[in-house]
Amino acid sequence: MKQDESVLISRQRLSRRLFVKGLAAGGVLSAMPRLLYANTNDTHLGSAPVLSGQEINLVIAETPVNFTGVTRMATTINGSIPAPTLRLREGDEVTIRVTNHLTVPTSIHWHGIILPYEMDGVPGISFRGIAPQETFVYRFTLKQSGTYWYHSHSGFQEMTGMYGALIVEPRQGESIQADQDHVIQLSDWTDEDPMSLLSKLKVQSDVYNFNQPVLGDFLQDASTLGMTGALEKRQMWNQMRMNPTDLADLSAATFTYLMNGMTPAGNWNGLFNKGERVRLRFINGSSNSFYDVRIPGLILSVVQADGQNVKPVSVDEFRFGPGETYDVIVEPENDAYTIFAQSMDRSGYARGTLSVHPSMVTAVPELDPVEWLEMTDMMGAMDHSQMGHTMDDSAMDHSAMGHSTSGAAMKPPAMDHSTMGHSMSGAAMKSPAMDHSAMGHGMSGAAMESPAMDHSQHGMQTNPLAKPSQKVRHASTEYGPSVDMRVDTPRTNLDDPGIGLRNNGRRVLTLADLRSVTGVLDDDRAPTREIELHLTGNMERYSWSIDGLEFGKSTPVSMHQGERIRVILQNDTMMTHPMHLHGMWSDVESSEGDLLVRRHTISVQPAQRVSFLTTPHDFGRWAWHCHLLFHMDAGMFREVVVS
Amino acid sequence: MKPVSFVRILKPLIVTAALTMSSYPLLAYAAGTDVNDGKAQGGEAPADARDPHAYSDGYTLEKGPYALGGPRQLKLADEYMFWAVVGDRIEYDADSETGVFDLQGWYGSTFNRLYIKLEGDIANGRLEESQTDVLWSHAYTPYFDTQLGIRLDQYDEGTDRQWLALGLQGLAPYWFELDATAYIGESGRTAVSLEAEYELLLSQQWVLQPRAELSFYGQDDIENGLGEGFADAALGLRLRYEITRQFAPYVGVEWTSMLGETADIARAADESVRDTHYVVGVRFWF
Repeated sequence: MKQDESVLISRQRLSRRLFVKGLAAGGVLSAMPRLLYANTNDTHLGSAPVLSGQEINLVIAETPVNFTGVTRMATTINGSIPAPTLRLREGDEVTIRVTNHLTVPTSIHWHGIILPYEMDGVPGISFRGIAPQETFVYRFTLKQSGTYWYHSHSGFQEMTGMYGALIVEPRQGESIQADQDHVIQLSDWTDEDPMSLLSKLKVQSDVYNFNQPVLGDFLQDASTLGMTGALEKRQMWNQMRMNPTDLADLSAATFTYLMNGMTPAGNWNGLFNKGERVRLRFINGSSNSFYDVRIPGLILSVVQADGQNVKPVSVDEFRFGPGETYDVIVEPENDAYTIFAQSMDRSGYARGTLSVHPSMVTAVPELDPVEWLEMTDMMGAMDHSQMGHTMDDSAMDHSAMGHSTSGAAMKPPAMDHSTMGHSMSGAAMKSPAMDHSAMGHGMSGAAMESPAMDHSQHGMQTNPLAKPSQKVRHASTEYGPSVDMRVDTPRTNLDDPGIGLRNNGRRVLTLADLRSVTGVLDDDRAPTREIELHLTGNMERYSWSIDGLEFGKSTPVSMHQGERIRVILQNDTMMTHPMHLHGMWSDVESSEGDLLVRRHTISVQPAQRVSFLTTPHDFGRWAWHCHLLFHMDAGMFREVVVS
Repeated sequence: MKPVSFVRILKPLIVTAALTMSSYPLLAYAAGTDVNDGKAQGGEAPADARDPHAYSDGYTLEKGPYALGGPRQLKLADEYMFWAVVGDRIEYDADSETGVFDLQGWYGSTFNRLYIKLEGDIANGRLEESQTDVLWSHAYTPYFDTQLGIRLDQYDEGTDRQWLALGLQGLAPYWFELDATAYIGESGRTAVSLEAEYELLLSQQWVLQPRAELSFYGQDDIENGLGEGFADAALGLRLRYEITRQFAPYVGVEWTSMLGETADIARAADESVRDTHYVVGVRFWF
């Protein structure tokens, strides 16, 4: 397997060397690192041009790009990748004219912006789309501030280049002080036709997974765990026909990962002066890639999530999915730092450099090893009796674990999560035997939310909707061929950084760490009803759905203007889904019903059950979908009617 | 109907049914699993299962407040038709100068597809015999499709046959690819064919594929050299190198054996009953 990885990586390096060679021949890289023109194309790459004011004109067209040594046509906005950064002002009414010079219809969706539904830009839901040669006039008033982005909502145009940053400056002045301000937009590029990629996944859904379990892994496990141990480690996966390395549908085997439109070899560069506070606005504008982002040597102070200010949290690393944004403050003291964003499946990375001078570079970290999904990703917070004989031999480890975490559980729920995260990741280790310990924390999480505990803390509660319901209710349509797995014992803890980040020795951001600053969560009403939706799929058939129903078979979720609703999203798959609800905020709450943080995109981990509250203020029809483009397109998509 | 002919038709039917029944545990195990008390995958929805349309207030994608009107514009890949051609075995045996092809093609949605399976032997540049299945493949469980259609057998020296086909194809626990089909032909002919494949990944590119095949006929078909009962079995082992996931040359060995009365017919005609073939071939899909 190692050998094959190196083959794969050397293949990528080869293509990237070609790319660098091309650039060097063009002689542009050293002269103009902040505004690159690749040698064989007209598309602007690197830091996007900035447009501001109340009147913006955008033109959609096909332009050639060359990221890998091969020239391909991209769909671009004003001829750049990423698209121009729009710097707008809170409270302003903006007029954005979008002209379509493609031969097919297009659209632009303003991701995370609260606006009238006709302006939301989803063809077939909010409007008819923008026909070829037509100009559509978007006009709306910005009621919010922060870091957002915009992208096409038509076909696969987002994947082929239509994404850009949208910064809304606070009208009352910026509360986050910084001396430098860089947008860092991550994306993924493929030379292949997106439709052909999707067709391939329909035939063989693991076609781009080159980290499959192989015979050598088995033999290695057999030597460390014994034959029985090696077989048991695989039993559940094999029995259920699930792949423990199914971490991404598309990998570096087809993708070149980009930072601000630059390949790793292109090495996007952001400048700072020593002693400055630098604000980095990270936007995951990729089509299908989760990124794990870190800057070795720097602590990331997360100050904003999805455009909404949060109480600063210091971390070494964060994971985010397509659609999500995080603003971080760093205070660099050295001359240069590598911004390293490895894909969740560890097949590749996007990379750039923060430095005091354009020509500087530092070491690029190695990719982390691929970790198998754990039982907690398949079964959530299951107990011993359900886990069967596979787990019996690890019972001893659990009791030890149980003690350390149950101590943490005694603290008030709102406070103890980060502490718990620490103690657990400290306790969990990498050896196969310790896979069980990771499971252990899933179980202690469940223990914490057991009825007995709840009773002691909330015995006086009378409102049955004060806390999100724990009872799993699968939809009747989850029992058919569209669903390959149902989770009966989901985990509800939010303090899990996710597979591949659990035991890496770094402090990794979790959903439980995020707290909106005072005033962001402006609606403190209790919900009057609960909507439970299950994220579902069938990996073998490459079908994705909600409640087992793909979009074409679904009916809309009806909401009433002004009502306070609880939404429970339960992930009955083994992949993480960044769920984006258009037109209204998603206020994430803990399993105890405490409001935590306001988001527009929530990444729900495998076998996890996450609840949020929302108040639909704007009438109309809205889209609600997984922001992994292929999952959305396969049908993990709902329409919402607010009336 | 005379009792004799009744028995003649009944017997193969019973045998076919018994064979299908005997494969039932395998298929049951294939369709559902015992993981998490059988609740994690497949199964029947309980009576109190949630109605997935309960939140709709009766609105649809086309009708209700703020609908755009007219026919629905937004259609995603779940309503798109895909197609594929999978060449599982395209191989040549230099010793006997014979070739084998085993291709499947499909067109359709995620859950309903038109399936065409082509399998045949080529010797001396001529199509010696071939079998073509044209099937409607319908997703029945998360991992298995029911397949309903016809099969056409063509023999260079023999009599062509037509059959109605009813089968199951899919992925069983522990990653076994299964294909089991029962056939009913003219004059009460019946047949069953079973195929199983497994892919053992030696590395990300090297794959060892064991394969087994077994066929059964409900009554003699002397013209085509087939006797009642189990007719032939094949056991193969192929080692391929995936230059890409979609294109892989391979070498392999296949042991074939005629069984029972079919073997007797072959022996009577002084033909060999058992064979070992060394093959080179290519596996591809697009």
